[in-house]
Amino acid sequence: MSLPLAATHPRLSVHLFFPIIVIVLTTCSSAFGQSDTQLDTTVVDDTVSIAAAPVTTLLVEDGKYDDGDSLRLFWVPSIDDQLIDSKVTGYRVYRLVNDGAAEPIVDLLPGVGNYTDKNVELDSSYVYYVATLTESGEYPSIHTESISPQREWINFRRGYLFIIMMIISAAIIFYVETAKRGKKLFVRKIAGLEAIDEAVGRATEMGRPVLFIPGISDMDDVQTLAALTILGRVSRTIADYDSKIFMPVSRSLVMTAARETIKTSYQAAGRPDAYNDDMVNYVTDEQFGYVAAVDGLMVREKPATVFLLGAFFAESLILAETGNSIGAIQIAGTARPAQLPFFIAACDFTLIGEELFAASAYLSGEPRMLGSLKGQDVGKAIAMITILLGVVAVTLSEAWGVGIMTDLHAWLVKVFSSS
Amino acid sequence: MEHFALWLSAFLTLGILSFLYKDNPWYKLSEAIFVGISAGFWVVTLFWDNLVGKFWDGWQDEPMLFVGAALGFLMLLRLVPKIGWISRWPLAFIVGATSGLWLMNYLASNIMVQVMATIQPLFSTGYASGFDAGWGAIISSLVIVVGTFTGLVYFFFSKEHKGAFGGAARVGIFFIMITFGASFGYTVMSRMSLLIGRMDFLLGDWLGMIG
Repeated sequence: MSLPLAATHPRLSVHLFFPIIVIVLTTCSSAFGQSDTQLDTTVVDDTVSIAAAPVTTLLVEDGKYDDGDSLRLFWVPSIDDQLIDSKVTGYRVYRLVNDGAAEPIVDLLPGVGNYTDKNVELDSSYVYYVATLTESGEYPSIHTESISPQREWINFRRGYLFIIMMIISAAIIFYVETAKRGKKLFVRKIAGLEAIDEAVGRATEMGRPVLFIPGISDMDDVQTLAALTILGRVSRTIADYDSKIFMPVSRSLVMTAARETIKTSYQAAGRPDAYNDDMVNYVTDEQFGYVAAVDGLMVREKPATVFLLGAFFAESLILAETGNSIGAIQIAGTARPAQLPFFIAACDFTLIGEELFAASAYLSGEPRMLGSLKGQDVGKAIAMITILLGVVAVTLSEAWGVGIMTDLHAWLVKVFSSS
Repeated sequence: MEHFALWLSAFLTLGILSFLYKDNPWYKLSEAIFVGISAGFWVVTLFWDNLVGKFWDGWQDEPMLFVGAALGFLMLLRLVPKIGWISRWPLAFIVGATSGLWLMNYLASNIMVQVMATIQPLFSTGYASGFDAGWGAIISSLVIVVGTFTGLVYFFFSKEHKGAFGGAARVGIFFIMITFGASFGYTVMSRMSLLIGRMDFLLGDWLGMIG
């Protein structure tokens, strides 16, 4: 009988001797003339023990560094929430949106003292309370203040990530500017690239075409961009040698960009008349439809040289095996680890992972690309030094308990966990 | 109709598989049907999903869609030779926006997380009091640390692979090749499931020879 009364006075912090308080409140309510006839007629039996006290210190705060899409609740669990012989069976979080009706949003296990509501909207206000659940009923807490979620524009948790990115970016800009001033930047030789001229020359001697496959991803994949950069160099050599190239693609945007690239190369070689839009043709977006067409093309045209550069998926081995079966020299490259083994097994030269990107910079000689490559090397140097330092620190810390190494390891964890 | 579709599927499946023998008219027919139908399918899908489903049905609520539509329109200017160069703008936008969007994600996943995962003790706790670290754990830590470090050395392009640096790079490429070997076997096994799927169709659904 007393439980509904507690709900009508949510701001009371009630723990023990609940029935007595109920009686007092009932009396007070009557004295101040509140028109609740139910209260006036309530008869409280103080021999009935109250099942559980509500949670206390209920707080709500805006989710930090988010898009205004979360609110976090904290509370101290009921004092009756015990490990042994607990009266509490759980907690139920209620929410009032824009001063509307209370609605339960989640049930939680006993012992839980926080909850993050991720189903909130920027322009709404929210009030919460938490009910302690027992077998005999619910015991609500006080209500929180009304709160609206806020959007933060900067995520300061990623501060270290930002600093590292700035260091690498600064290195890239430095090397780009250095290259622009004419200083030669050293990039080590990459085996597959040395073979490009030889492979195109072989196609010329044999009177057969060169087949260039730029993967099956669109222009939003950096591997496709790298492939098209290499295409620029390959098509320039083809134009110089007066050889032939054909390039079936599976994306319309790639077709457009590839035509631009080859056209520019032919113009640079002084042979714009030899360029033809039919060198690049769209087949289909469908992965295995594209593969069926390219395989057919390979066995019919018998290209002397096949370039497989870009983003490849399950079609990699099918294409590489068909190229191998017609005796073509194959130069492949992708940054997809799962496909690299097939290229290594079936092709003559393979650009592994980042070598594909390095190759495009190496071949183009563009200051921006070379500077970018050198700047990324700075990032790798940071990673290598950090790994060495971190491994030494954590080993000395864990094996011999060297204090300074524990601090160093903790700092590295803090920096590199900020992503 | 269902019976016809089943026989047509089997006919086309065998037509594609006939390429294993050599190029032939059956394969050419299957290839042409496959390519033609899939290209048509994509045109229809992109039209209804993007032009109609996203732009036409959504521009009232999301005016930003006009930016995408405008960029798409600029692509079509390739068809007008005199102003075809404008079609490079949407390409530049796609490349630039993609680079910016992915920069932080790649930096986080390819550098930060991997460096963090590599930093682990070569010997576990308790070494000082009696070397109770298991050899398995020690070898595992060594493989991860040495493999990652030397792998990074291999992909370092600013220094010639000579001397100790070259030796480390050689160790790195060994690790990479061993990884590729394991990946090769794993992927081949997963591709076998594709073959089994087709065999299941031919021998089960079509011929009814297996359950």
